Amino acid sequence: MTELPDKTDRKMGLVIDLDTCVGCHACVISCKGWNTENYGAPLSDQSPYGADPSGTFLNRVHSYEVQPQDGLAQLVHFPKSCLHCEDAPCVTVCPTGASYKRREDGIVLVNESDCIGCGLCAWACPYGARELDAAEGVMKKCTLCVDRIYNENLPEEDRLPACVRTCPAGARHFGDLGDPDSAVSQLVAERGGFDLMPEQGTRPVNKYLPPRPKDRIAAAPQALEPVVEKATGFLGWLDRALDRLPGGGD
Amino acid sequence: MVHRQPVLDTSPEVSDEVRQTTCYMCACRCGINVHMKAGADGEKQVAYIEGNRDHPVNKGVLCAKGSAGIMQVNAPSRLRAPLKRVGPRGSGDFEEISWDEALEIATGWLKPLREEAPEKLAFFTGRDQSQSFTGWWAQQFGTPNYAAHGGFCSVNMATAGIYTMGGSFWEFGQPDWDQTKLLLLFGVAEDHDSNPIKMGLGKIKARGARVIGVNPVRTGYNAVADDWVGITPGTDGLFILSLVHELMKAGKIDLDYLARYTNAPCLVAEAPGTAQHGLLLRDEDGKALVIDRASGKLTPFDRPGVRPDLTASHDRDGVTYRPVLHLMADRYLSQEYAPETVAERCGIPAKRIRAVAAEIARVAFDEAIELDREWTDFRGETHKTMVGRPVSFHAMRGISAHANGFQTCRALHVLQILLGTVEVPGGFRFKPPYPKPSEIHPKPHCCVTPGAPLDGPHLGFVHGPEDLALKEDGSPARIDKAFTWENPMSAHGLMHMVISNAHAGDPYKIDTLFMYMANMAWNSSMNTKGVMEMLTDTDESGAYVIPRIIYSDAYSSEMVAYADLVLPDTTYLERHDCISLLDRPICEADAMADAIRWPVVEPDRDVRGFQSVLIDLGARLGLPGFIDEAGKAVYADYADYIVKHERKPGIGPLAGWRGDGTEVGRGAPNPEQMQRYIDNGGFFETHIPEAAAYYKPWNAAYQDWAVSMGLFDSAQPYLFQLYVEPLRHFQLAAEGHGDRQPPDHLRDRIKSTMDPLPIWYETDQQGNDGYTVNALTQRPMAMYHSWGSQNAWLRQLHGHNPLYMPTRLMREHGLRDGDWALVSSPHGEITVPVMEMAALNDNTVWTWNAIGKRKGAWALEEDAPEATRGFLLNHLIHELLPPKGDGLRWANSDPITGQAAWFDLKVRIEKVAPPAESRPSFPPIKSPVGTGPKGLRWKVGK
Repeated sequence: MTELPDKTDRKMGLVIDLDTCVGCHACVISCKGWNTENYGAPLSDQSPYGADPSGTFLNRVHSYEVQPQDGLAQLVHFPKSCLHCEDAPCVTVCPTGASYKRREDGIVLVNESDCIGCGLCAWACPYGARELDAAEGVMKKCTLCVDRIYNENLPEEDRLPACVRTCPAGARHFGDLGDPDSAVSQLVAERGGFDLMPEQGTRPVNKYLPPRPKDRIAAAPQALEPVVEKATGFLGWLDRALDRLPGGGD
Repeated sequence: MVHRQPVLDTSPEVSDEVRQTTCYMCACRCGINVHMKAGADGEKQVAYIEGNRDHPVNKGVLCAKGSAGIMQVNAPSRLRAPLKRVGPRGSGDFEEISWDEALEIATGWLKPLREEAPEKLAFFTGRDQSQSFTGWWAQQFGTPNYAAHGGFCSVNMATAGIYTMGGSFWEFGQPDWDQTKLLLLFGVAEDHDSNPIKMGLGKIKARGARVIGVNPVRTGYNAVADDWVGITPGTDGLFILSLVHELMKAGKIDLDYLARYTNAPCLVAEAPGTAQHGLLLRDEDGKALVIDRASGKLTPFDRPGVRPDLTASHDRDGVTYRPVLHLMADRYLSQEYAPETVAERCGIPAKRIRAVAAEIARVAFDEAIELDREWTDFRGETHKTMVGRPVSFHAMRGISAHANGFQTCRALHVLQILLGTVEVPGGFRFKPPYPKPSEIHPKPHCCVTPGAPLDGPHLGFVHGPEDLALKEDGSPARIDKAFTWENPMSAHGLMHMVISNAHAGDPYKIDTLFMYMANMAWNSSMNTKGVMEMLTDTDESGAYVIPRIIYSDAYSSEMVAYADLVLPDTTYLERHDCISLLDRPICEADAMADAIRWPVVEPDRDVRGFQSVLIDLGARLGLPGFIDEAGKAVYADYADYIVKHERKPGIGPLAGWRGDGTEVGRGAPNPEQMQRYIDNGGFFETHIPEAAAYYKPWNAAYQDWAVSMGLFDSAQPYLFQLYVEPLRHFQLAAEGHGDRQPPDHLRDRIKSTMDPLPIWYETDQQGNDGYTVNALTQRPMAMYHSWGSQNAWLRQLHGHNPLYMPTRLMREHGLRDGDWALVSSPHGEITVPVMEMAALNDNTVWTWNAIGKRKGAWALEEDAPEATRGFLLNHLIHELLPPKGDGLRWANSDPITGQAAWFDLKVRIEKVAPPAESRPSFPPIKSPVGTGPKGLRWKVGK
């Protein structure tokens, strides 16, 4: 079984805003594109044009309906990928040391050349964030685009995970969650960011920002006051109102 | 095992080269960086696609479709070579032929038509975005029968916007995303327009501003809206007019704005029974008159110093002329529009309607913003600041695709104008070449001369009966009956009527149906099964009723099987295109922009870009403009046309780098232009001066800038038309005035629907007894627009579509997720799987559109879920309404524009035992391309 580092220098991760995510799947496909061409084996697809297409994805968006006690039903879009946990059970369960958490930034990776495809890590992950690639027989997971975020062949502004760079609504943020002054930590503090399934004791690095309260408009402003009691009084009001405009009557 | 880390290369080479072009996975047209890598054979291949950060539309972001473009350029459904039909139509039996043979066949069919009866060619181009070119080709050919897909998309929205305020949403304009404090979205499916709306919502959310979604379905944008109004389909106009009622009653309308910039002070004649009744008072030059509040005198609206009065009336020769605003007060202050009156019909509690009105008023008036920016209006008055009312609106097909859609869209535009939020900071802003009033758009042309071009552009804006496309005997000049008494303002044509009219020989028979990028034998038609039958129907002699069909598509769509000749198009990464200011440009509110596509990879098949094929055909047919005096082709291909063509001297398809390369908008053709676009990332952009950024229709600085850019030939300031006088011209005709008279059976409908002020009416419910549930469709965001096949990655997101049903109806019918239901309408029935959805209007069902595919199409295997569980709602919708017993068949469309009323559908639900497959099920069509591979491991680099 594999050890986690005592501590990591930084805690790089994602902050995902559930108030803003429209569920468009842009992050899903951008991730698929980058990681098919880059880190390790391509993300394969089985039966891509057939009855039961199933491919490897490192990031998926689920949609859940929420029915508040009183109030209108809501739909929440929930993107999910590896949360790069501080106490990552997928690492400690690995029999070969292929799964590991990086000391410098906390990213959890799979060293594919050591992976025997036993699937223990996928079983251990309470989030279902790992997928065994059916063509390659190795475990695939979010790399936080470790081959982008430090990549000197990319312009500095593009040194972001592909999913963050592409998100049209700006619902995904990337940064060091170990630094309380970082933009992402500030965002988490301001918006009440939360851990996914904290009871699992995995201490995920990624955070989610909750949806803002919805359907409050009826509780907000007072109904408009009519300027006239009867429709026939409208023209009189109009005349008086026009006089009050700059350059109006008097 | 102790912690150990392998050595990792964190700076791998990303690609060998980045080629920048324009996406075409939908009509959004984002800029993309296509990363190229040498493949196994050393040839550069597409390795990765991302958004272009510098691009005005998407500023670096990219949606799921865009990122999946790599699966498009390798799609197994791509057609490979021209096809000639060898089996019966609809069978999919083809043989591959050479381009020479294909073009000879097409020329052989078309040339005699042009010489004898050009109208026997019907050329309709679907989701074409090169309409300024394809329209010109059709005009030079001489047929009046040309249009693209607007008639079954959102012509109500576009047309209502142009007539009301000189533009509409999406390509015409956008919310002021940076300053708006409240956005109302009406009937926006998860699509138009794709990335900019998501980016805008992100900006709004980041600022803590708010969004109200008005939509029967709470998905996508409506799911993140702060408030959701789950309105009953088809009642948006009533809800909007109730908001107008509340706002007017509370005096929460912008009187200064209305007096200065709209026709609210223009004077309407009250002379019932005469040909003057309802027309505006004008001077000898035809200029609308207002009463100057200072002098009390009649004055042309644009006179310097005039202060148009909104209250005073004028009497002349026994006729009283009252300001438009009076008429509006009379109508909208009536109890007919009170929240209590409309609540039940709209499915929205009166209290909630009041709350929405109050919130709109609060933000518009209590949170008004003021930019410290001086500007001068068209009357010569200088304003020290720009005042803004930071409420903005966006709407699309949801409110548009109803038979009351035109008036509903009008109502929404009028609501924005009453609030003074159009073209002001924080409100709705036009994008060049808009604003552009209806008067300066072309009028429709339909005069056919054998062997010669049509007398002008096909499509345009009518201003009265004299502009209709009628023959001398009063019969429709166009095969789709656009611009006739049945739908006078059909500015985008009626593509959805072409096949049924051609089949019926009504108003006349045609010879060749030529279509591009329009899947009419499947998801782009109402009454899909009926359309397939019309396409294959034969007469007594055994000949096809529609004698010839030419179709161009890049993919093996369902429609391919119904063509006699197939001209295979390229994918978007293999072609030249221009996204032109003459067409549907990609401008932003602060910038004029256009763009190109160029072949970042060469096709590996025997296919050609459709526009280049038209250039070739144009030369073979000897069309004016396509050949020179010596009979030689003027353009080598579409790329050559894009650079060389001039629509007017100095004005061509692309605005950037004209003349010597320094000229913008106007200038001689520049042979280097295409390369300059490529060097600049595939687009051109020039910013609007700050002082010209808002109040564009009335802002002298904007008008001057627009003229300098070639958008207009002279300044065109105008008033917003709360009262649309052209509608009144048609009413007058229906009342018996004028020479050109409607047929009697249409008089009442014209009188009641073509009201110059917005109205709401219930759509025709003929035959709907027993069908009480509303049924809708929308495209998923990851698949918005269906021209791109079932892409290997995207179909894993949406591979089949259940019918989503609200909790109430699920319970009522004893249904649970995974059960099947028989869904029937007055026209047909389907049997489909259902799924419960609570965040849904409780009398509405819906599904994802165009996920269902026919067996044999799109290179999918025959047991693909798209074909076995997927389905189309189209089978339930007819292009005609059920018979009324009056001997006539009435179109299922808006009576003003002819827009297909997809969303008027009413159905009945019944639980049934699960069938083996969704129904109706059609026999497989033979695929001209086979099926795709069994597995994919797509890695280009080593």
